[in-house]
Amino acid sequence: MNVNGFFAMGGYAIYVWPSFALVIALLIGNALAARRLHRHARDEALRRLDAGQDHP
Amino acid sequence: MNWTWLHKFASPPHAYRLAGRLAPWFGWPAFLLIIAGLYGGLVLAPPDYLQGEGFRIVYVHAPSAWMSMFIYGTMAVAAAIGLVWRIKLAHAVAAAAAPVGAWFTFAALATGALWGQPMWGTWWVWDARLTSELILLFLYLGFIALRSSIEDRDRADRAGAVLAVVGVVNLPIIHYSVYWWNTLHQPSTLTRLGKPTMAGEMLWPLLTMLFAFTLYFAAVLMVRLRAEILRRERNASWLKAELGR
Repeated sequence: MNVNGFFAMGGYAIYVWPSFALVIALLIGNALAARRLHRHARDEALRRLDAGQDHP
Repeated sequence: MNWTWLHKFASPPHAYRLAGRLAPWFGWPAFLLIIAGLYGGLVLAPPDYLQGEGFRIVYVHAPSAWMSMFIYGTMAVAAAIGLVWRIKLAHAVAAAAAPVGAWFTFAALATGALWGQPMWGTWWVWDARLTSELILLFLYLGFIALRSSIEDRDRADRAGAVLAVVGVVNLPIIHYSVYWWNTLHQPSTLTRLGKPTMAGEMLWPLLTMLFAFTLYFAAVLMVRLRAEILRRERNASWLKAELGR
């Protein structure tokens, strides 16, 4: 299969590529979002500990 | 029976550390298997004799649809454990899983529309499979909205858990919808594992993607659970040692 044929997907390119792009973007996005969420929660907890609010 | 192991397992410090250790063991195999599955599905698998190259959408559509149901099942089981045994960690698991499940449900619906248009001639039809999957998306969104609308965390946990558990009736409806009702949606290719209706070179990339997506979810769940534990245990003394303060 040549490269052009691969990207043409037998005429289904406008359906196949957006499907794959959407799901791959979702996989990357959710992984990054989870890491960011954890980092924020960690920073937040550290701030609270530094502010001396850990013994109410 | 001695249940101390369960309480140790479900204790926030232990769960926080365990989730941190497990995440890369799920994440890296998931990454490698997704690459392999994409290559197998897009390059190695032959075109379908009816749907041509268009059938390749199955390699992202079916795993997304599988995750939409698997994550809901995980969420509902965690919610039920939280309700029955009053284990807060279980509620944290349910809360951490929901947004990921909602995204996969959205992906299943969107890739389904992109597959439906060329094969059925329509983006959307109000048939049993598609409608019950849309209801699944609303269950996820309802769970997330309900939890965030209640200030008190314990009450939010319990209210969300009841919704998640009740919503579980939708899972068999989604699965059997293609058999119970007349529908445009084709029946599952994989329901009977002993008798697959797909050629091997088409099948292995699909199985690889299904397994890889499941591992991916486990990895993301571990990281989100850690964030959820930190938010819930903000005043606990173990945090001080854990975070080096």
